[in-house]
Formats: sequence, C-alpha cells, structure tokens
Amino acid sequence: MSIKKSLMNAGAVLSALPFAALAQNQVNMSPGVTKVGAEIYDLHMLIMIICIVIGIGVFGVMLYSIVYHRKSKGFEPSQFHESTKVEIAWTVVPFLILIGMAVPATSTLLEVYDNDDAELDILVTGHQWKWRYEYLNADGENVSFFSNLATPQEEIYNSEAKGEHYLLEVDEPLVIPVDTKVRFLITANDVIHSWWVPEIAVKRDAIPGFINEAWSKVEQEGIYRGQCTELCGSYHGFMPIVVHAVSQDEFQGWMSAKRADKEAQVAASSVDLSLEALMTEGESVYNTSCLACHGAQGEGGVGKAIAGSSIAMGDLGVHLDVGIKGVAGTAMQAFGAQLSDVEMAAVITYQRNAFGNNTGDVVQPSDVAQHKQG
Amino acid sequence: MGDHHHGPAKGLSRWLFTTNHKDIGTMYLWFSFAMFILGGTFAMIIRAELFQPGMQLVEPGFFNQMTTLHGLVMVFGAIMPSFVGLANWLIPMMIGAPDMALPRMNNWSFWILPPGFLMLASTLFMEGGAPAFGWTFYAPLSTTYAAPSVTFFIFAIHVLGISSIMGSINIIATIMNMRAPGMTYMKMPLFVWTWFITAFLLVAVMPVLAGAVTMMLMDIHFGTSFFSAAGGGDPVLFQHIFWFFGHPEVYIIILPAFGVVSQVIPAFSRKPLFGYASMVYATAAIAILSFVVWAHHMYTVGMPVAGELFFMYATMLIAVPTGVKVFNWVSTMWRGALSFETPMLFSIGFLVLFTIGGFTGLMLSIAPADFQYHDTYFVVAHFHYVMVAGAVFSMTSAVYFWLPKWTGRMYNETMGKVHFWISFVGFNVTFFPQHFVGLAGMPRRVPDYALQFADFNMMSSIGAFVYGASQIMFLYNVIATIVSGEKVSDEQVWDGAEGLEWTLPTPAPYHTFEVPPKIDATPAHG
Repeated sequence: MSIKKSLMNAGAVLSALPFAALAQNQVNMSPGVTKVGAEIYDLHMLIMIICIVIGIGVFGVMLYSIVYHRKSKGFEPSQFHESTKVEIAWTVVPFLILIGMAVPATSTLLEVYDNDDAELDILVTGHQWKWRYEYLNADGENVSFFSNLATPQEEIYNSEAKGEHYLLEVDEPLVIPVDTKVRFLITANDVIHSWWVPEIAVKRDAIPGFINEAWSKVEQEGIYRGQCTELCGSYHGFMPIVVHAVSQDEFQGWMSAKRADKEAQVAASSVDLSLEALMTEGESVYNTSCLACHGAQGEGGVGKAIAGSSIAMGDLGVHLDVGIKGVAGTAMQAFGAQLSDVEMAAVITYQRNAFGNNTGDVVQPSDVAQHKQG
Repeated sequence: MGDHHHGPAKGLSRWLFTTNHKDIGTMYLWFSFAMFILGGTFAMIIRAELFQPGMQLVEPGFFNQMTTLHGLVMVFGAIMPSFVGLANWLIPMMIGAPDMALPRMNNWSFWILPPGFLMLASTLFMEGGAPAFGWTFYAPLSTTYAAPSVTFFIFAIHVLGISSIMGSINIIATIMNMRAPGMTYMKMPLFVWTWFITAFLLVAVMPVLAGAVTMMLMDIHFGTSFFSAAGGGDPVLFQHIFWFFGHPEVYIIILPAFGVVSQVIPAFSRKPLFGYASMVYATAAIAILSFVVWAHHMYTVGMPVAGELFFMYATMLIAVPTGVKVFNWVSTMWRGALSFETPMLFSIGFLVLFTIGGFTGLMLSIAPADFQYHDTYFVVAHFHYVMVAGAVFSMTSAVYFWLPKWTGRMYNETMGKVHFWISFVGFNVTFFPQHFVGLAGMPRRVPDYALQFADFNMMSSIGAFVYGASQIMFLYNVIATIVSGEKVSDEQVWDGAEGLEWTLPTPAPYHTFEVPPKIDATPAHG
C-alpha cells in the first residue's frame, strides 16, 4: 500500500533529520534546546516507532490478503471465525504496550509540571494581537514591554519580497538568560491565547482571569521563534513570539539598558518635539499599533476610519481619551500603558495630520502626561 | 391513504408530508450531500488562501469565518445527517420492521434541519460577518468578542440539536420495539448495533451542547458571567462543557462508520465477520470511555497534574477496543475470497487511513508530547484522517454498496473505482504533509504562515483541489445511476452480502416487511 510506504519513508526521513531546526520543509518535531524538550522528543519518537511497527504488521497481513486471497485467483474463502484465545491476545498485548508507553509519559509529565524553584519569573500576557512581557522579582524595578509583529504589511500583502523570518519576527523580543530556570506566568487580557515556543518546549494557554505556570531552562544561546496557538480573533496568525536566549552577563547588561531606557523615556516626555519628528515617530507607532484595525490609509477595517474621523479631527481631549483608555465593549484597546508618552503624543499628532486630516495640531509628550493626570 | 399497498404521494407534498423511512432517508442523504458540497467549498477557499504564504484572496477575519463554517457544516450538516439518512433507510430493512417507530417525528426531525442551516448560512451576510471563532467556539471569543451573528449561530445549534435528539429517540425506539420475531439483540447486524449505541450517546450529550450555547446566550444578552472571569465565571468551564459533548460527538460520527465497514468487508471477503460479539463489546467500550476522556482536548489549559494523568491514561485505553476492531476487520479479510468493487475499495481505504488516524490519536493522547502537538496542523491531519478517511470514506462505501438496492440500478463500476483512487491519492496528498508542518511548528487556524511551511502547504492545497473535484464525479455517478444505470433485479445484488435487506426485492419497494420476516435460528453472522 502506498500509505505504508509513505509512512516508512517518512520514518526514514524523520530519523535522518532530527536536528533540522526551523529548516525548510522540516518534517519532524524538534528536540529543541532544553532537557524536557529532548525528553518529549524521545517520547514522541518512541510512540511513533511503536505505531509504525504495529502498522507495518497490520498492513502487512492485510496486504498479503489483498494480494493472495483474491476471488479472481480462485481462492476459496475459509469460514473460520471467533477464537477466544486470539481475541484475548489482541486485547492484552496492546494493553501491556500501553503500560510501557505510560511509564515514560508519566515521568516526563511530572517534570513538565515541576514549576518550583524558578530563578526568574516572567509574566506573559496575551493581548489581541501582541504579547506583553513583564520581568518580576528581578533585583530592582520590574521591566515590561510589548512585543509586536515586525513583518511589514507590504510583505504580508505581497507587494514586497518576504524576509527570511516572515511572520516570525517582532519589534522587541523576550530576552532570557541561559542555564536558568525561568518560570512563565501566563495570562491574557481579552480572549484566550496560547504561548508556544517549540524549541524551548513551552506551550500554555493564556486565559483571561487565570494565571498558568510553565517553565523552561534553555541550555543553548540562540534565537527561538514561536506563535500564538489558540484562535484569538482575526489576527491570530500575526502574533509571533521571539525569544533571545543569552548569557547571564549579557542578560544583566540588557536588563540595565532596559531600565536606563525607561528613565530616558521619562526624561524625554518633558522635552517638546518638532511636528516633523512627531510625524516620523507617529507613523512608525501607527504601523505597529493601529494599522491592523484602522488600515494603511486610515480607511478603517475592524476599527473605525481615521481619515476624516470626527474624533481625529475633533476635540483633542476626546481623541486622547480614546487612545489612552480605549473604548469599552469594542476592539479598541487602552493604549495608555502600552505606549510611552512620546509614542502616544507622536501617534495622536500623526493621526490628526495624516490621511488628509491636516488639522495642524501638534501634541507634545507633556500634553499626554498632563491628560493622563486628568 | 388507508390501504397498506399505496405508493408515494405525487409532487412536492410527497416529500413535505412523508412519514416513509425510505423517503426521509433519501432526503437526509441528499441534504447531507448538499452540505458536504457547501462545507467543501469553504475548504477550497481555505486551501486557496493557504496555497502560498501572504494574504492573497481573503482577509484574515473572513478566513476565520471559513474555518468555522467549514467545521460546523461538515460535522453537523454533512456527516451526522448522512448517517441518520443511512439509519433511516437501513435499520427497518435490517431488523425486519415496516418503518421507523415514530414516523411523524421522523418527518419533523428532518424538516427542521434545512431552516437551521439556512439560519447558520445567513450569518455570512450579516453585519460583522459569520461566526469566526472556530467550530469549537471557545468563550470569551465566542461571547464578549463575537460578532452579533453569534445569536443566530446559537439558535441554529439548538435546532440541529433538537433534530439529532428526535432522530436518536426514534432509532432507539425502533431498535427496541420493532425487531422482527427472532431478531434478538445479538443477531442484529453491526450497523444496527453501532447506531443503537450512537443514539444513546446523542441523547446523552446533545443536551449538554444545548446547555453550553444557552449559557453563552445568557452571557451575551442577559448579563450573566458563566464564562467570564471578570464576573466570577470561568472561560475554561466552557471548554469542559463543550468537550464533554465534543468527545462523545466524534464517536457519534465514527461508530456508524464502523458499522458500515463491518457490513461491507465481510460481504466482499465472502466470509463472516471474525468476532461479532467482540465487535459489539468493543463498540460499547469505546462509547463508555468516550464520556471520561474529554479533557485530553485541553491538556494545555493548566489542569492539575492528577487530572492530566487521569485523562491521559483513560484516553490511551481507547486504543484497546479500537485495536480489537481493526484486528477484527483484518482477520475477516484473511483467507477470504476478496474482490475489489468500489464499496470494498472505500472500506479498505477507510481501514488503512483510519488506522493511521488512530495511531496519531494515540500519539496525541500522550500529554507531555501533546504540549508540542496541541493546536498545530498535526491535530488537523489527525482528525481529518479520522473524519474524512474514516467517516466520509465509510459513508461513500455505504452509498455504492446499497445504491443498487435502493434504486434497482447499478452504478458505473469503472467510474466508481476511478473516484476511489482519485479520492485516496487526493486525500493523502492533502493531509499527509500536514503531519509534517504540524510537527515543524505550524499552528492551526492561521490564514498565513512562515516561509518554511510553504512547499507542504502548496502540496496540501493541490491535493485538496483534486479531492474536492473527485466528489463531482461521485455526484455524477450517483445521478447517472438513478437516471439511466443498468437495471438490477437480483435480490442479492452482491454475492457475499448477508442480511435481511438483501432478501427484499430490488429495488426495495416503497413499503417493506409489512409482514415480519421469519428469522433463521442460526445467527445471521455465522
């Protein structure tokens, strides 16, 4: 049978290519870069090989019948049926095989669930359609940021050639140290998402109102990519995860730089910017945070049109309210915590001057800060 | 209409008011084929968009509407009603009954289906579009975050559920009360047995689904918070309720398919089924286990490890009765005198591909490994091996097998065989590569994908177009048979076929077994 052959071929290909990580036409699970991942991979291979062996046996008997026990060859049918011995055998033997599978499966599962003694806790929050990461209980202040899809719309809509990491690239990756037990506390802000990075062997649903735990201890520096794996609305396919696993030293350096960045941001919000600078910054913020719903030309889509909108051309206070607090009961999120004051000022300025809105309004970071305070 | 020997009424009223199990069976079969084409069209749109990376044909939101409607229409519109149609046609003829036990309810359970699906399909034209939350409709995506059309979806589900419950009650009542004298339970053909068990599953779980959608309705319109953590509810509760329905549901789909294959394989092996009694017990065992394995669809929701282990062990256990079934079919073929007419080809296709689906099912039952498989294309491949190569192949086999008995005309055998081979190759080209992309990391229900998945996706799409096109050939063959097929008058039709339906004249008259047949003292299954 062609299927049996293809199964066997697949088996051969699979065993030849176990380490092809994210390679073109990868056909098997990756053992990844963690001990648990390797154990899961071994378990997967064990069960699959047992299945292939049983399959060859069953399909072999069937194939023999198909070839030799044909009416067209004048084969006389035997009329045998029912044999208690045979039937007991084919009930008991599979049961024993299952016990053989359950033993390693149980020990691996217990390991997956061993969330204790983590050295670093990261809160992962799924949003429609981006991830937010917050480093908890590290020495010093918590560091948090959003991680958005970095693939430009032009690539998605085929007007530009697609890059190597098409759909698997973000503006700001999650950075974790190697050889450290990192615990992920996973939740969601709106609908259910699922945080999956195959190579570090973590997949857990992100459920609004609940916090799930998972952990990973990455043994190899590198960049590992994953995606949301629970249908979460229109742009479910567009919220990737990128993890940079770096050395301990590099991680500490990155953490200090993030803290310095945050201070710089606070400082920057007291400085006034030119319309031109705001527009440039605003365009880039618009493209990552607004475009998916409001369209490349502000024409609308899931969200309302911004071109000619009564909000973007009307009272600035209302516009800032919508941007900062969102609109309850709609897909319009509160961006106040997602964007810095500079970014918020820039994108509001951009919306009020792009797409033919031309209000001439300039919104400064200090205006945003003031508005937030009420 | 008082006389027993009247024929069908003329015109449209024959179909609207009929209480005849054969007419109702025919309507179910045609309706389900229409839904199969509709659901298949949605699948073609999905595969066309996935032909290449990048967004080409549809927008992501519409893509989600397509995956959702494809699943709903195929499960509730194509597969389930097709087997109800088969049950209507065959159960009375197999147990020596003149009709179903509750003929008026039978009419009603069919006729509420078309309005139900009309309501579901109409959501495509509503503001905000059709349901876009997957056929599993997890809250809160299907409640707080759903388009307004979700209310129509909820009522459509209610209507389909009522239809299924009425159909099952009818089947149970027929089998318990209408068997010809001497037709004991352990003499019933396996198709009747599998439907008997399926009907109990349906009566048990359809109300659970009705409960789930009603709670959604309450959350959406009446301010309750069953599935919203913000109001004290729990989104995971939805999944538990859904899969308490959903797992028995997949056995509801596959058990009658087992029944068909258990009729067809012995017929074309010219040899009795190897272990009739153990097949009956295995079917019952699968049905009972189906109630205690639901959370294997939810390994990643964060259940406690004890729950995880329980559901893993229980799920693995299903491999035992399923194995018994597969071994039985193969032993039935062993040392038979096999011939390979179209029904046999589809049943062998079922046996091979369903077994592969069973193997991937066993792999998926292993909870730690499932953390890597869950919600990827590996799962998509698995359940299409079971649903399409399982249920749909078996259904196709059934149509070719009994069509001559129903119509008194023989289908075109060459075209039937070509249909099988195109389906078999098309199916495998579509779904085998999906195992690969799934293992390599492609999530399901995405409208676009990373470049390393491109080649296998293109292959999948080509296979899907081929498989889809081959169904047109099937439709043509069936219509050509009805209109101008070669006449068959032999009662037996197939020399190896066993069962009461083959003692009836061909084509089967409008009313059959008005006088109960005499049942042989020896078991019908040897």
